[in-house]
Amino acid sequence: MKLLTLNFLTCAIKTCKTSPSSFPLHPQDSELEIVEADINVLFLRNMLPRLMWNELRLIVNELGLPSLPETAPDASSLLETKLQVPEGDTTGLNIEKIEVPSQVAKDLHRVLLETCIREGKLVCGNCGHEYKVMEGVANFLLPGHLV
Amino acid sequence: MPEYLVRLVQMHESFRKAELQALAELAGVEMDIVKYEEDSPFCILTLPSPAAAKALISRSILSLGIYSLWGHGTSYDLLHASTSQLSSHQWPAFQSTPFRFTVDSFRGTKTAMQQREIIESFSYMNFRGPIKMRDAAAEVFTVFEDYKEHAAELRYLYFGRLVGSSSRHLKTTYDLKKRHYISTTSMDAELALLTANMALAAPGKLFYDPFMGTGGFPIASAEFGAYAWGSDIDGRSIRGTGGSARKGQIGKRDVQGNFKQYGLEGRYLGGFVSDLTNTPLRIQSLQEDGSAVQGRSIGRGWLDGIICDPPYGVREGLKVLGSRAELSDLERSTHRDRYMESGYIPPKRPYSFTALLDDILAFAAETLVEGGRLSMWVPTANDEDVELVIPVNPRLRIMSVCVQRFNKWSRRLLTYRRLAEEEVLEEQGARDEGVMDEKGRENEVGRGAGANELNDFRRKYFEGFKEFERLRRDGSSPRPDGALVADQKGGWDSALRDVFGKGSST
Ligand SMILES: [Zn+2]
Repeated sequence: MKLLTLNFLTCAIKTCKTSPSSFPLHPQDSELEIVEADINVLFLRNMLPRLMWNELRLIVNELGLPSLPETAPDASSLLETKLQVPEGDTTGLNIEKIEVPSQVAKDLHRVLLETCIREGKLVCGNCGHEYKVMEGVANFLLPGHLV
Repeated sequence: MPEYLVRLVQMHESFRKAELQALAELAGVEMDIVKYEEDSPFCILTLPSPAAAKALISRSILSLGIYSLWGHGTSYDLLHASTSQLSSHQWPAFQSTPFRFTVDSFRGTKTAMQQREIIESFSYMNFRGPIKMRDAAAEVFTVFEDYKEHAAELRYLYFGRLVGSSSRHLKTTYDLKKRHYISTTSMDAELALLTANMALAAPGKLFYDPFMGTGGFPIASAEFGAYAWGSDIDGRSIRGTGGSARKGQIGKRDVQGNFKQYGLEGRYLGGFVSDLTNTPLRIQSLQEDGSAVQGRSIGRGWLDGIICDPPYGVREGLKVLGSRAELSDLERSTHRDRYMESGYIPPKRPYSFTALLDDILAFAAETLVEGGRLSMWVPTANDEDVELVIPVNPRLRIMSVCVQRFNKWSRRLLTYRRLAEEEVLEEQGARDEGVMDEKGRENEVGRGAGANELNDFRRKYFEGFKEFERLRRDGSSPRPDGALVADQKGGWDSALRDVFGKGSST
């Protein structure tokens, strides 16, 4: 499961959801993997304002990954301009300006969309309930005594 | 504004206008429907430019293409006169370009000779470019004949220049017959793609299906550029099964594999196992005045679209997590001790379909961004033939109601838009004064029901709700008047028993 999705998941227990400590869920005994995917700056830009940044930073630290900056990057920092010779142009006289994903965008993409939890569990900070992750699929079905 | 002719398909009629309206919103173009008839595949629109027309139709599933309208009339004489009047100023621009002429007869047939005669009757346009029958770059001019049903009588004629083609070919690309992993409840590709259109799936957006099954809706959303996420109460449907069943398919049959089959795995956010009535998703709890409930609100809406086909419970009985009766202390401790074991199966109980629909709407109101959409399929009636009301939520405005009819039953595709909080308060005010705003009235007419009828739906619905509350208080038997109905085989009785934890007499 991609780390982005953890930013949208809380404890499934109704009475627990009212407590701020039910979010984010804390990954434990995680087996991580990198699954490469094409970068999509438009999607990253749309997700930025919807992310709970502090909680994302917390998870990243708990997983022992390199720390994220204290504040969320600005949407404008996701693209940078690059000068290049137009494709197929051998005259050496022309140059064009193109927009490409910045390092900030690449890093964000790496963390949110390429870093995945393959096996492990997610633990609620409020009630301590554990949700299993198997083959990248988390199970949020509540056992009989909690519904 | 210039007029354009859309060549629609003559099926799923009640979805066609709604799809065009959704696509106009998606493309950000101003569109007016000038002529539309339920029993005709020809529709005339006004649009600001050929570029707008092309953008609009490029995503369409229920049309073949869009044409710049060069002429129209009830006879060939009138069609030619109209063509000279409307389009003669455009002819010089096409005098030497490669082109082809085609004849499209709806409910009629023309021999090759007759087609040739029709085409030659346009020779006054003086096109001298090479005729290219297959070249994709050639200009395409089409004469459309619209015949009456079961009659040789010509109803109308149109002539146009092709401006843009639709996405109808995706129906074949995503055909379930060729998909590696499907189930008996998989939505056919055409309707899944159409649903994604209705919900405005597009690049950069985040979509979710709470009843994803084998992933048909998430795949359709991803085809249109959205990032798709889904869940299901049945983990086996997400994880799939082993073995190889389809030609060319390698490895495990699972939702992930389906995304890979179409090269869309980069936009699949994954699946998780959960029940919507106990969702782990981040929600913003809202109070009547629009403010968030203290301590319960985490962020704002974050989903752009929710599309789903909720389980009706006709075949396997609708189930959510929970137990039929209150658990004893012993049972509770057994669940507590065993739930992390790999073979543990959480108990499930039957649930009312109507209650589930309310849960979906409440969930959508709490998770969609302002302007985000919910598109869901709902049967028109339960299995006792009692009509199901269209569920409502003060934060969601119904945008369209489309009906698909089968031999013995029918279902609806309901599409809602998440209102901005200011709009919620405005609508609340309008309701209190007993007036509907213009938009609301238009929508009601648009779906083929009068305002009174919809108000009647609402009235019944809320009466049903009051009845529900009353029953909850005194535990008496319900009146099966269709205002609020349970849909599973056990009907009201079993649903009620499970909701209230006590029996009811019939
Ligand atoms: Zn919890």
